[in-house]
Amino acid sequence: MAELHLPGTLTPLFAGLPRRLDVEAATVDDAISELERQWPGLRDRLCEPGPSLRTHIHVYVDRERASLATPLEPRSRVDVIAAISGG
Amino acid sequence: MSKTLLLVGTRKGAFLLDSDADRRDWNLRGPFCEGWPVYHVVQDSVTGDIYAAAASEWHGSAVWRSKDFGETWTLSSEGISYGEDSPRKVSKVSTLAVRNGRVLVGVEAPGIFESKDGGETFSLLTTLAGQPGSEMWDDPANQPPGHLGISAIALDKKDDSRFWAIVQGIGLFETADDGSSWTPRNRGLRADWPRPHEEVGFCVHKVVRSDDSRLFQQNHVGMHRSDDDGHTWTEITEGLPTEFGFAAAAHPHDRDTFYTIPLAPLHGRTMPDGKATVWQTKDAGSSWRPLRSGLPQEDAYLGVLREAMAADTYDVPGLYFGTSTGQLFASNDEGESWNEIASYLPPISSVEVAIVD
Repeated sequence: MAELHLPGTLTPLFAGLPRRLDVEAATVDDAISELERQWPGLRDRLCEPGPSLRTHIHVYVDRERASLATPLEPRSRVDVIAAISGG
Repeated sequence: MSKTLLLVGTRKGAFLLDSDADRRDWNLRGPFCEGWPVYHVVQDSVTGDIYAAAASEWHGSAVWRSKDFGETWTLSSEGISYGEDSPRKVSKVSTLAVRNGRVLVGVEAPGIFESKDGGETFSLLTTLAGQPGSEMWDDPANQPPGHLGISAIALDKKDDSRFWAIVQGIGLFETADDGSSWTPRNRGLRADWPRPHEEVGFCVHKVVRSDDSRLFQQNHVGMHRSDDDGHTWTEITEGLPTEFGFAAAAHPHDRDTFYTIPLAPLHGRTMPDGKATVWQTKDAGSSWRPLRSGLPQEDAYLGVLREAMAADTYDVPGLYFGTSTGQLFASNDEGESWNEIASYLPPISSVEVAIVD
């Protein structure tokens, strides 16, 4: 199970979505699909058509910058960050 | 007794203000929509549902909705997309029009999506494909952000299949068959720049339906009136301090009375001479008079955006406008006198008003 950490900007949008949860997933994309299954509409908040991660959504797997295709190990830590932008 | 509801979109969320029919004292609630930039907030007068067009820098575009007058909100963008493989991207949902549970959503790059289930899901209604000028908005070099979106949708007062859409920097288009076909409606407008097409290339900022045949518009260059459903336009700028502005509103009961807020052109785009002023015509644009009572007349360099002015439908109608520096002004006497009813909101994108029984 990968350990997923979500940004505080995301959790208020979906009832019951925690900041931290464990998911069974082979890639970042799979992890987001699992979130989408439980909280419909969530993928669109992190990804844009292509698909790719939204410009200001950054994902790190075990502290390395990741993409949707990045593989996950059973005990990977995945940090989803709402990157600083705007004012 | 009727309740008056103001719906305000700001750069940091939506706000709601309510008052009674006297419209003197206002109660403000918000911010809603988690502080997302909100470009337009509207209410369906039949269902009472409230919709907000928003685009987060982090989480993309969505339409928020509240079915309980703002107590709770949910959001959806399901179907608001040109598809995984399309070079067109939806960078922003910029404007809304709603009636009888049907929601029309104008977006960048130019297109209109619709929802028939109260904002739960959406589908593409039109991209105005094939219209003159569409080669410009279909050019990837002109893709958003910041270019060539649908900036406003104006509904007909009676016919649900008929509405007008503004494509930024291109012009006004009308459909009379629910978006299946479109016709440019820009004849007679002025443009002080070269245009590749006879029918388009105009900078329409705001179009307001006055009655069954009359439209007014505030354009980048001038105020204009049409008495034939937008087929032809006549300029009515003379008497106004500038030709430039964004916001406009029509009197709900008098087809000859109309309001606009002229702004300094070029980069400033604030009220001329620092004097906050709404201008009114009572003769369909033959003459204009300034309305200033209660508005700041010294060092008030205020801007007002295209959706940030509204008129209610009481017998003596009220007028409202919000500024890009967060002040909200209201008049309960057709604009003769004004009160500042909120002073420190985030930059205001839109103001709409509803009467709730």
